[in-house]
Parts: sequence; structure tokens; C-alpha cells
Amino acid sequence: MKKHWYDYMWIVSLAYLILGFFNILFAWLGLLCFFIPLLISAVKGTKGYCNRYCGRGQLFGLLGGRVGLSRKRDIPKWMKSRGFRYGFLAFFFVMFFQMLWNTYLVFVGTADLKQVVTLLWTFKLPWQWAYHGTLFHPGVAQFAFGFYSVMLTSTILGLITMVLFKPRSWCVYCPMGTMTQMICRVRNGRK
Amino acid sequence: MERTIRRKRKAVVDTDMCVACGCCVKVCPMEAIEIWRGIAARVAEEKCVGCGKCARECPASVIEIREEGERR
Ligand code: SF4
Ligand code: SF4
Ligand code: SF4
Repeated sequence: MKKHWYDYMWIVSLAYLILGFFNILFAWLGLLCFFIPLLISAVKGTKGYCNRYCGRGQLFGLLGGRVGLSRKRDIPKWMKSRGFRYGFLAFFFVMFFQMLWNTYLVFVGTADLKQVVTLLWTFKLPWQWAYHGTLFHPGVAQFAFGFYSVMLTSTILGLITMVLFKPRSWCVYCPMGTMTQMICRVRNGRK
Repeated sequence: MERTIRRKRKAVVDTDMCVACGCCVKVCPMEAIEIWRGIAARVAEEKCVGCGKCARECPASVIEIREEGERR
């Protein structure tokens, strides 16, 4: 199997997670892993992002596969059911909009910037070391903290299911994966 | 020693449960799988040698290696 440049996207994903520890504003780059997959599925009608470029999937594949951090068991049935996958997508959306709302509040000045990264939508970790002020509005930083929370949370969930089940178990319930497949279904017709 | 009837083994995807992640495509040594229209994996039977790599890799465990009767 020939290696392509895009087989090394896991390095980018890893770098992204690390950069967030140094300067939270890098979190904005994560928007790329939202828009690129959606664009590919909407325009080309494929899951090209998952199938080729997604560095996060590769990272789990590597850690769980080559590095051997996975039990390689079957994922429980309910986790691959449509109900759970769509349910998780919906939950993810709600949390995402809540994060946008918090950003909005900072933008309009109703709330102050909170320099925390929230893990698993619950645990608030102080993260001020990665914030050195911004030339922009504090709201810009608030979005970065919020978005990085989303990315780190999903990484942690992915790591947990990687260890328990197969390396890329995250891909079964990954909201982006579910969403792009949904778009392809609608666009290309069921069958 | 040589068995005259050897059953062919092929990968069969439960397309309804497939999440179209493409993990199977990446590991297939025969390039026998493609993701069809971003919806589900599809196996080209004539290329598949039934090695089972895809089934082991599939995070949703929706690939089964099934035997089929030798046709020739
Ligand atoms: S399902 Fe999610 S993590 Fe997996 S390849 Fe697709 S976008 Fe990446
Ligand atoms: S069984 Fe082997 S040859 Fe057949 S599709 Fe799976 S990986 Fe490819
Ligand atoms: S690895 Fe499994 S879930 Fe992913 S595309 Fe292949 S058959 Fe479908």
C-alpha cells in the first residue's frame, strides 16, 4: 500500500492539540476540520475527508494499531445504532450552539472572557497559560477556548473508545462522520 | 493432501450499518473496497481474496468473511 502525503495528516492533528497548550488562538484553525469535510460531501458527494485526509482518524488508527493501545474488541451494538449516532450528533450540536452563545455574550460585553477549557462539557480546567492577550476582541479568544474544548473533549472520548474497542471506534459516532454520511445520503439518494 | 474443493472466502459488508469511514479501504491489500458515494463500503468480489484484514480493522465490525461455493 503506497503512502500518500495525506497519510501524514495525523501529524497536523497532533500539532493542533499541542499548539492549544501554548496559544489558545490556534484553536481557530480547527474550523478547517468542520468546513472541509462538509464542503467535500456537499460539493463532491463523497466522504473523501474521512476516507483520506482526516488526521484525527489516522491518529487513533496509529495509536490503537501500531502503538497497540487498543483492545480491538467489537464496539457495542447500541453505539453503532442510528439512534445513538444521530442522537450524539444532535447533542453535539446543542453543545456547540451553547458554546457559540457564550462567545456571543462575550462579544456583546454581557459576559467576561473565561480562560478555561471545558472537558466533557463538565470539567472546567484553568487554561490561562495559553492566553497572552489578543489584538482582537476578547470574544475571539472566547471562541478559541470554546472550540478547543470541543476538540479536546472529542479527542478524549475518541481515546477512551479507542482503548476499549477498535482503534478508530470514534469514527462510528464522530459527528462529522455522521453528518457527512447524512449529506451524502440525501444528496446521492438512498439505496 | 490437496483438497479438491476449496471454498472461496469473501468480505461481505452490512451496508445498512456501515459508517463509510473508509478504514477498510486503507487496509485492503487487493484494493478491493471502495466507499460508494459516501454512503457505504462496497467490495469488488472478483478482487477480494477473503484475507479478513478489512473485517478486523472495521471500527463498526460490520464486515463478515463468508464462504461461498467454488464455482469452477
Ligand atoms: S469519522 Fe470523524 S474522525 Fe473518523 S475519519 Fe471521519 S471526520 Fe475523521
Ligand atoms: S477480505 Fe481482504 S481482500 Fe477482501 S476486501 Fe477485505 S481486506 Fe480486501
Ligand atoms: S471500515 Fe467498516 S464501517 Fe468503515 S467503511 Fe469499511 S465497512 Fe464501513
